[in-house]
Amino acid sequence: MYPAPFEYLRPATIDEAIALLVTHGEDAKILAGGHSLIPAMKLRLAQPRYIVDIGRIRGMSHIRETAGRIVVGAMATHDAIERSALLREKCPLLPETAGHIGDVQVRNKGTIGGSLAHADPAGDWPAAVLALDADIELAGPRGRRTVKADGFFVDLLTTATAPDEVLVEIRVPITSAKVAYEKTEQKASGFAIAGVAVVVEQGGVRVGVTGVAAKAYRAKAVERALAGQSAPTAEGIARAAALAAERVEALGDIHASPEYRLHLAEVNTARALRRAYGN
Amino acid sequence: MSIPVRITINGTLRQFDLDPRMLLVHLLRDACTLTGTHVGCETGICGACTVLLDGSAVKSCTMFAVQADGAEVTTIEGLAKNGDLHPVQQGFWERHGLQCGYCTPGMIMTSVQLLSRNAKPSREEIAHGLAGNLCRCTGYSHIIDAVQYAAGMGGAR
Ligand SMILES: Cc1cc2nc3c(=O)[nH]c(=O)nc-3n(C[C@H](O)[C@H](O)[C@H](O)COP(=O)(O)OP(=O)(O)OC[C@H]3O[C@@H](n4cnc5c(N)ncnc54)[C@H](O)[C@@H]3O)c2cc1C
Ligand code: FES
Ligand code: FES
Repeated sequence: MYPAPFEYLRPATIDEAIALLVTHGEDAKILAGGHSLIPAMKLRLAQPRYIVDIGRIRGMSHIRETAGRIVVGAMATHDAIERSALLREKCPLLPETAGHIGDVQVRNKGTIGGSLAHADPAGDWPAAVLALDADIELAGPRGRRTVKADGFFVDLLTTATAPDEVLVEIRVPITSAKVAYEKTEQKASGFAIAGVAVVVEQGGVRVGVTGVAAKAYRAKAVERALAGQSAPTAEGIARAAALAAERVEALGDIHASPEYRLHLAEVNTARALRRAYGN
Repeated sequence: MSIPVRITINGTLRQFDLDPRMLLVHLLRDACTLTGTHVGCETGICGACTVLLDGSAVKSCTMFAVQADGAEVTTIEGLAKNGDLHPVQQGFWERHGLQCGYCTPGMIMTSVQLLSRNAKPSREEIAHGLAGNLCRCTGYSHIIDAVQYAAGMGGAR
């Protein structure tokens, strides 16, 4: 399984990377951890003529607290996020989610930025960034801009990132420990068949769902059903969870039928809500 | 167009001119004849191709060799020192951690990283840490025994 030939480019700065993307347009692809792109290239589903390896750009894998927010660089690996003491204390949903991704070797190479930019419908990170209401920072030839997670995922494998933009970092709020990620996984790869991330905040809850539909989404009907409640009952949670896939067109494949995915969305929403509320 | 690349492989600095699409596993097996690193699935699932890249376990079938430029790569051939097996190798020997042996180099490399981060892992922690390595023969139980044996010997080295 050899990928089609390509020219390998290794920019030293984000600006250089953007300039390469501008020059080569649709023929160029960014290479981050390579754990979605290289499998696709080996199958020749992707045949980019230029590979822009951003792995050597300094200052893209930070994990830090700045001005009351948590900032995670796009090149932070799943493993670095899983093991970050800062995140365990101040944004525990991120390490919890990271621990669900693939296996140790995949987590050592794969990055949060690559995962978000790729927008695999079965990826884990989309659920977490939606539930955290993350800001996603993009840098391009027209400067920088911030996109809310809720508007970032556009369709299957499609995000708000333009072909000449680099995802540089995500910013999320500091949260309490009232968070949870519950997932039913595909056994071989670990990808989500249905994954639900929950963040409980004062007066409300945010719910991100991945694996179920062509793109990850906020289960806003669930959020509305629980709005204003700080300690919902078990029945209240069950009623809210039943709305997890309201008006959602579910995917079907060899791993799970659409009906089964809808069922798992509800089950995992209920589990994640119960755990986050401590119910 | 080939790219000049310098990689330290099992302690020796090597220079290559590489077609960028060459996967690390092919560089190791074909150019370096380090055939201890196996190819099982070629899709990133089985872990037979696991090597250490600057101490971290990675699947060498899912990485271009050019990405390892400037890095240190350790393969199964690089573990024994002066003929003495690495504690993890010794563990697989003593505790019967293999049958056909196809998965073994990858299992051992991942176990070395596991013990370097957690010197006394529980059986559950070992199973979780080896989730990216598949074995069709042993049923895993003896592999976990082997890693525990290595931990008892002082593990990662
Ligand atoms: C065996 C296996 C199991 C896996 N299991 C899971 C799992 O359980 N859950 C899960 O969520 N994922 C899983 N993955 C996918 C893994 O998490 C990938 O690492 C991730 O999806 C992509 O991140 P990457 O850094 O490897 O990106 P790459 O593969 O390098 O890039 C992916 C895409 O994003 C683009 N891109 C990358 N970085 C940027 C950036 N900064 N700005 C703009 N565009 C960018 C690239 O051009 C490419 O199109 C698995 C992968 C494998 C091989
Ligand atoms: S050959 Fe690399 S993971 Fe199977
Ligand atoms: S010993 Fe045969 S695959 Fe593991």
